[in-house]
Amino acid sequence: MSALIGLAGVGKHYGNVIALRDVSLAVDAGQVVCVLGDNGAGKSTLIKIISGLHRPDAGTYEVAGEPVAFGSPREALDRGIATVYQDLAVVPLMPVWRNFFLGAELRRSFGRLDIAAMRRTTRDELAGMGIDLRDVDQPIGTLSGGERQCVAIARAVHFGARVLVLDEPTAALGVKQAGVVLRYVARARARGLGVVFITHNPHHAYPVGDRFLVLKRGRVLADRAKDAITRDELTALMAGGAELDELAAELSGTGTGTGADAG
Amino acid sequence: MAGTATAPARPPGDERLGRRSPLRRLLGRPELGALIGAIVLFAFFSAVADAFRQAGSFSTVLYASSTFGIMAVGVSLLMIGGEFDLSAGVMVTTSALVAALVSYQLTLNVWAGVAVSLAVTLALGFLNGLLYVRTGLPSFIVTLATFFMLAGANLGVTKAVTGNVASDSVRDMDGFASARSLFASSVDIGGVNVSVTVFWWLAFVAVATWLLLRTRPGNWIFAVGGAADAARAVGVPVARTKIALFMGVALCAWFLGMHLLFSYATVQSGEGVGNEFYYIICAVIGGCLLTGGYGSAVGGAIGAFIFGMTNKGIVYAEWNPDWFRFFLGAMLLVATALNLVVRRRVERSG
Repeated sequence: MSALIGLAGVGKHYGNVIALRDVSLAVDAGQVVCVLGDNGAGKSTLIKIISGLHRPDAGTYEVAGEPVAFGSPREALDRGIATVYQDLAVVPLMPVWRNFFLGAELRRSFGRLDIAAMRRTTRDELAGMGIDLRDVDQPIGTLSGGERQCVAIARAVHFGARVLVLDEPTAALGVKQAGVVLRYVARARARGLGVVFITHNPHHAYPVGDRFLVLKRGRVLADRAKDAITRDELTALMAGGAELDELAAELSGTGTGTGADAG
Repeated sequence: MAGTATAPARPPGDERLGRRSPLRRLLGRPELGALIGAIVLFAFFSAVADAFRQAGSFSTVLYASSTFGIMAVGVSLLMIGGEFDLSAGVMVTTSALVAALVSYQLTLNVWAGVAVSLAVTLALGFLNGLLYVRTGLPSFIVTLATFFMLAGANLGVTKAVTGNVASDSVRDMDGFASARSLFASSVDIGGVNVSVTVFWWLAFVAVATWLLLRTRPGNWIFAVGGAADAARAVGVPVARTKIALFMGVALCAWFLGMHLLFSYATVQSGEGVGNEFYYIICAVIGGCLLTGGYGSAVGGAIGAFIFGMTNKGIVYAEWNPDWFRFFLGAMLLVATALNLVVRRRVERSG
C-alpha cells in the first residue's frame, strides 16, 4: 500500500544556502506525522514543498504512489493536500463565511455567489467541529487565534482534504486554545485524514503524533514511531540534549565562567 | 448585508450575538462616514447658497460628480484590491486622443476610433498590471512611471501628428452624432437637463457593487487587497485579479475619455494631469482603505458626490474658487479621520 504522500531524499537550496537535505517522510491515512525543529531547521521549506509553493531541487515527491511536481498550491489542493498556515490562513477583514469559501466559492447561475448556502454551510461545518461561532458575518480578524485556526482547518476538511499540513497551528496560542486545536487534529485523524503537524513544541506534538520527524539545520536528526520514543527523549532531541545541558550548566554557574571576559 | 433582520433560534450559548446590533452593523459599513459627510455638506451648501438649492444647480453638481464618479468606481475597486493607479488621470486624455487621432487622421467613422481607443486603453491598463505583477514594485511607482510616460506621449504624439497641442475636431465626422448621444448627451427630466453620464455613473456603481458583493471575482478583490499571500495560498489567482483591476480603471478612463471627446469634439493633450488624485480622494472619502481589503463602490460614488458638491457649491456660494483645493484637502483629512474612528469603534466592540 502506498502512503497518501511520500517524500524521498528531498533537498532544497536557495542560492548557496542549503535549506533542506535528504529528507524523507511518509504520511498514511489516519496518521499524524509531527515535524519538529528549531527555527531555521527547514520546517517552513518542507511545508512549502509539500504544499506546492516550491519544487524540491533533489529527491522525489509522490502522492498516492504517483510522482508529482506541483506548480502552485492550487494543484496540490486539487490532489487533496491542504495547507493551513499559521499567519496566512485567512484575510482578517473579510467575514468568516467569505474566508471559509475563499478560492472555492459556491455559485449559482450567471456567476452569482450562493451566499445563503455558504453562510449555512460555514455555520454547520463549524458547529460540526464543535466551534460555537457568534456570527459568520463578523470579520474573521475579530476571532481568537484558536478559533481562526479551527476555521482554517474546518475549511480544509470541508473541501475534501486528504492530507492536512498544519504550520505551527499552536505556536501563538495559550494553553487552553492550543488544547482546542489539538483536539481538532485528533478529530481530523479519526476521520481518516493524514496530518503533517509542524511545530517546535514537543509537548503539543507528543499527545497527537503517531510519528516524529526531528529536523536540524536542514537534515533529519531523528525519525521515530511513537512507541520508539518517549516524551522526554523527544524534548531532549528538540532542545538539542547536550546543548541544553551546557546551557543549564552555564546559567547555574552565572558569573564564574564569564567573569574574565567582562573587563 | 441581507439576512440580518431575522433573529434565528440560536442555542442558548449565543447570547453574545446580541452585542452586534443593527446600529453597529450600519456603523460597520465602509461608506457610512462619507454618507454623513455628504448629508452635512448638502445641508450646509443649501443653507449658505440660494443658487445651490435650484434643480438646475443640482444637475450641474450631479454632472461634476458623475465624471469623477465614473473614474472613482474603477479606482475604488483597485484600491480595495490594494493598489493605486496614478496614471488614471492622463489615461483619460490618452484614451480620448487615441480615438480622436485615429478617426481624424485615417478619416474613419468615429466609432472605429472609439473601438481602437478601447483596445489601446485596456492594453495600457493591462500593461500597468503586468508591470506591477512582474516587477514586484509598488503600484505607486509603476503607475507613477506610466503617468509620466503617458503625459509625455500625449503631448509628443499629438504635436507630431497634428502640429498642435490639441487634436483636430471630429465634430463633422461620420458617427459623431450617434457617439455623442451615447457618451455626451443629456436627458430632460421635469424641465431639468441631466447629463447622460449621471446614468452611466449610477450603472457603473451598480455593476461594480454587484461584482464586489455577489460574485467570485468580487470576493477575490477583497482578498487580494486584504491579504494577498493568504489569498494566493487558498488558490485565488492574485496576479490575474490585480491585472483585471488595473484594466477596470482603464475601462473607466476610456469611458470618460469618450465622454470628453464627444462633448468638446477636440482634446487638449495636456489635460488630465492631477485628476488621478481627485479619483483617489473620492475613493478614500468614500471609505476605501488605502491599504486595501476594505471599501465599497457605493462609498466611492458618495465620495465623488461630495467632491462634486464642494466643487460647484463653492461657486454657488460665491466664494473664491481658488480655495476649492484647500477645502478638498481639509475634507480628505476629516473624512479619513472619521472613517478611522468609526472602524476602530466597530472592531473593538466586535
